[in-house]
Amino acid sequence: MNPEVRDPLVRPSEVSKRREVQQERSKERVPSQRGRDVVLEHLTAFYGDNPAVSGVSLHFKANDVTAIIGPSGCGKSTLVRCINRMHEEIPGTRVEGKVMLDDVDVYGPGSDPVAVRAAIGMVFQKANPFPTMSVFDNVAAGLRLTGKKGRDLNGRVESALKGAGLWEEVKDRLDRPGSALSGGQQQRLCIARAIAVQPEVILMDEPCSALDPQATLRIEELISELKTRYTIAIVTHNMQQAARVADSTAFMLNGELVEFAPTDKIFTNPSDSRTEDYVTGRFG
Amino acid sequence: MTAIAAIATRRRRQDRVARGLLALGTMLALIPLALILYYLIVKGIGAWSWSFFTTDPTGSFFGDPGGIKSAILGTIEIVGLATALAAPVGIGVAIWLVEYGKSNPVATAVRYFIDVMTGVPSIVFGLFIYITLVLSGIGGTFAGWKGAVALALLALPIVTRSAEVVLVLVPDTLREAGLALGAPRWKVITRVVLPAALPGIVTGVLLAVARAAGETAPLIFTATIVKTSSFDLGAPMNSLPAQIFSDVGQAQDRLVTRAWGAALTLVALIFLFTTLARLFARRSAVR
Repeated sequence: MNPEVRDPLVRPSEVSKRREVQQERSKERVPSQRGRDVVLEHLTAFYGDNPAVSGVSLHFKANDVTAIIGPSGCGKSTLVRCINRMHEEIPGTRVEGKVMLDDVDVYGPGSDPVAVRAAIGMVFQKANPFPTMSVFDNVAAGLRLTGKKGRDLNGRVESALKGAGLWEEVKDRLDRPGSALSGGQQQRLCIARAIAVQPEVILMDEPCSALDPQATLRIEELISELKTRYTIAIVTHNMQQAARVADSTAFMLNGELVEFAPTDKIFTNPSDSRTEDYVTGRFG
Repeated sequence: MTAIAAIATRRRRQDRVARGLLALGTMLALIPLALILYYLIVKGIGAWSWSFFTTDPTGSFFGDPGGIKSAILGTIEIVGLATALAAPVGIGVAIWLVEYGKSNPVATAVRYFIDVMTGVPSIVFGLFIYITLVLSGIGGTFAGWKGAVALALLALPIVTRSAEVVLVLVPDTLREAGLALGAPRWKVITRVVLPAALPGIVTGVLLAVARAAGETAPLIFTATIVKTSSFDLGAPMNSLPAQIFSDVGQAQDRLVTRAWGAALTLVALIFLFTTLARLFARRSAVR
């Protein structure tokens, strides 16, 4: 893995500096948890009779960051929403095929969507903190709403905020409304809320598309830290972002998986001509 | 240049005309409102006195007609019970419609019937309760609680419809955020959706309560018009609209004045209650 060649927009010196900072940060924390493998087998997702995702098989490796790229409407968001069974929240939708979380069938007969979602966290495109709750309550909400409150709520909220790199910025205003934070802070608050419930996988659906470059950089650093503990799937329409953060990248087109390979290969030596056209900016 | 100037002038003129029309419409709408308040205060304030609020109507033809204590107490009791009946049921129906029923045929039918109920004249609710609860003699004949049931029926569709509109306005991204955390749906509804919608729901309940508090017809058939104060909802009970109704038709000026005083009291009560409820809703929303 060589970040320098991957990203044409960032100077090599900058990249290595950033990497060093990240590595130092992640050294501070001993990996306390392993993420889990997520395997999709012939996954097809319908809206009514139209398949938005058709027959995708994909392996998200534990503790890797896997990016899903592709033009608008290619089904990349739908794909990740199938993993934690959020797709079925939209009326008239259904899913065929399999999603395996290690050896657990997410759509199996005994599987409960509520339990699935507690194990597979999600961060959305638009930061969506609960508007009626304070910063503290937003993070605690995950624990309270899932009945995992347990002891030491304060400590768990604090460690989630630290995990999301937000603690230093908000520790003096935990009782302020979560919606009073800046856009980037709100998104990190949502990440804190997601990791507070201690999931094993985190899905991110274009988490930076509404953020400025500075806030985006902050989130990307965070993603690299988080993968020591979680398996991460990130949907992005920003190819540079995929190149910066992902170990593997999947390219989707019209609901189908075109190519899935290590990120280096996708951006430097793709096997499929459509992938090449897309990553070189010839369409999309 | 000249073409641009001409368009700009024309556009400015159109803008001025449109604004003028809107201002005129607003004025026209405000005139009757202001006049009502003006007459209420001018005619009603003279009736207000300590004894006006603290004594029951005497019914004496020549002597002191008494105050409206029983009517105030009765209205508070009957409307309070009606709210306690209509608000939970109405909000519950709205939650079901928005969160579970969505656009299925049952929900569509329920919405239709709620709309029909909104249009039913209040006297029909009064007659309905008169036939089913008063004539049948369940728990005596006329009773305060029967008036409350009639008012609750009247308020129910208003509460439901307004709560539904507000719940629909709660962004789906919040529901998704809650569900994606692994929260069961009922917790997402009670802890995320309802708090976000609370100020709007309170406004809807207030509208319904204010409407119900001013209704006369359903009460005359059910709680009737009496003189004495009562804390027993199982007994016939006086109310402000009923008191106004009976006073305003009398030949004596002091009774008509009492009607004005009672009307002003009713408006003041609703205003006071609305203000308190709004303050409460604002405080419990976001700190």
